[in-house]
Amino acid sequence: MNIHEYQAKALFADNEIPVLSSHLIEMGDDVQSICAELKHQSWVVKAQVHAGGRGKAGGVKLVKDSNLLAETVIDMLGNTLVTKQTGQSGLPINAVLLEEVIDIEKEFYLALLVDRSVKQLALIASAEGGMDIEEVAKNTPDKIIKHYIHPAVGIQSNQINDIGYALKFTSLQIKQLSKIIRNLVKLFLDNDCSLIEINPLVVNSDGNLIALDAKINLDDNALFRHEHLQTLYDPAQQNQVEAKAKELGLNYIKLDGNIGCIVNGAGLAMATMDLIKHHGGEPANFLDVGGGTTQGKVTEAFKLISSDTSVKSIFVNIFGGIVRCDLIAQGILDAQKEMSQEQMNKDDITLKVPVIVLLQGTNADEGKKILENQSSQLIPVDNLTDGAKKAIDLASS
Amino acid sequence: MSILIHKNTKVLCQGLTGSQGSFHTQQALDYGTQVVAGVTPGKGGKSVLNLPVYNTVRSALSEHHIDASVIYVPAAFAADAILEAINAGIKLIVCITEGIPVLDMVKVNAVLNDSESLLIGPNCPGIITPDECKIGIMPGDIHRSGKVGIVSRSGTLTYVAVNQTTQHGLGQSTCVGIGGDPIHGLDFIDCLQMFNEDEETDGIIMVGEIGGTAEEQAAEYIQQNVSKPVVAYIAGVTAPAGKRMGHAGAIVSGGKGTAEQKYIALEKAGVSTVRTPAEIGKQISELLKP
Repeated sequence: MNIHEYQAKALFADNEIPVLSSHLIEMGDDVQSICAELKHQSWVVKAQVHAGGRGKAGGVKLVKDSNLLAETVIDMLGNTLVTKQTGQSGLPINAVLLEEVIDIEKEFYLALLVDRSVKQLALIASAEGGMDIEEVAKNTPDKIIKHYIHPAVGIQSNQINDIGYALKFTSLQIKQLSKIIRNLVKLFLDNDCSLIEINPLVVNSDGNLIALDAKINLDDNALFRHEHLQTLYDPAQQNQVEAKAKELGLNYIKLDGNIGCIVNGAGLAMATMDLIKHHGGEPANFLDVGGGTTQGKVTEAFKLISSDTSVKSIFVNIFGGIVRCDLIAQGILDAQKEMSQEQMNKDDITLKVPVIVLLQGTNADEGKKILENQSSQLIPVDNLTDGAKKAIDLASS
Repeated sequence: MSILIHKNTKVLCQGLTGSQGSFHTQQALDYGTQVVAGVTPGKGGKSVLNLPVYNTVRSALSEHHIDASVIYVPAAFAADAILEAINAGIKLIVCITEGIPVLDMVKVNAVLNDSESLLIGPNCPGIITPDECKIGIMPGDIHRSGKVGIVSRSGTLTYVAVNQTTQHGLGQSTCVGIGGDPIHGLDFIDCLQMFNEDEETDGIIMVGEIGGTAEEQAAEYIQQNVSKPVVAYIAGVTAPAGKRMGHAGAIVSGGKGTAEQKYIALEKAGVSTVRTPAEIGKQISELLKP
């Protein structure tokens, strides 16, 4: 789960990691009167969205005249920010963070993450702060300093020293760095983070270290044991259909194509997308109903995909294992029935796209029988390639 | 032979009294797997599916010979269940549970490294040697005893590969689902090594997916060490960057972990790759033609 910069900075402050004093302004706040009360002359106004690349996209603005502050905030609030990470539709700006402008001597990069290749936490630092760290890592890997944190030993003083001297810090700054790193590790472990990134970590004109930005990703699998973190979830920052799918317990990701996919299992769902693309089509989504899915989940998945107006055909690809294909088939029929009933009451739901169904594995034949002669829009296929090709043909006709 | 498990493997089930544990243990028993006992703290002394239930793995071990343990414990307690099996000295631990916090697995890994135990999973379908022993949630009836070794990060996609090798009359020696989490036990390389040394395995199918660099490392290993034909399929060529594709480990981030990079590494290593899952069976069948 991603959280906002202001939420991450609140966690920083709670853990004594130095951040600038700031003000959060949300939709519905009285912007004029809040801004009128702020004493400082110069401000940085930062759009609170779940994406990087804000600066280049106009989501971070410097205001040197306090008379223009309210205007800048009002301009930004309620708008949509499109960065290179958001996709074309962008993300809504429902809050902005105001921070005082400070003089910066130098910018650094500091991050803590789970490194899957060594199965440990990795602490990463670089003197190339404020830059795109992935570019730095690719082009000048020697400018990246990396230390692994052994779960039994924890962070070691020599590792902190190594980073401090490599970044050419003074001994006073190394003391500050030590406190920041130790608190970061604690914050990471206490809250089951999967990533904490400070880019940039700055030295201000007084020579002190401050976290100017803050990015935290939380481990979804561990949220059950952190009630206070669950409240940080912001559904507005997700695609609305994706948010709905999450509520239903479905793994769904919206894509740009016109062929809806309903698949059981994440690997098979990805493979189905690839197969469609391989044969010249474009998948409209990734959807994994789960390896051990239920009839009800299939019904919900079916309704969800059908509500996507860009979908021109649907490819249902199920490999029955523990889940039986006859139950899946029944789930598809249930969805059809529910939707046509709703259709008679309301005009807004239209299910008139062909559905290509591939059932393999447990009770596949029983499943096929259930779907037989039910509708000319339900088209059974016997293998992956035929299914993909048929879905593509019918989507373009 | 086969790898890791065979007809004499004695299996313990941690979480036997839960709905998942009892359902899949019944399936395993029906398949012929020698499940000998179960463990659920607080339920010791009871009997489920005619199997004795113990409070701890250690107490089960004092009454039974156990070669492997399968874990169906809920995610919040699964890491501790793995640790308990390691502490008791179980040789092979298969964790089916999905959704274990990654920091729990960081700790498990540290303990696992200092032990003799092998871990398969978590978040995996398990392992099967057809007609001999089934440990996990895969449907038994699509498998046939045969000569292809299968190692995969995915569940249902593995079944597709299994089904195709069965349809081509090749069958499987052993199939291992190593799981879709970022931190897991046995990796591609471990399984490739075992399959390469296994006399009954003539060819190997490797099913990878986006995220991490395990496939790239496997490619390097294959080039230097594996003499048997390998067919590889990687899922997620069309996956957008920064989006987690179902599995916690399946994500392209920072330009790393793309399917294309993995294909390039595998092809450079002389591995026979297929671009659609529909061709896996055909490809291995052609490579194994006498």
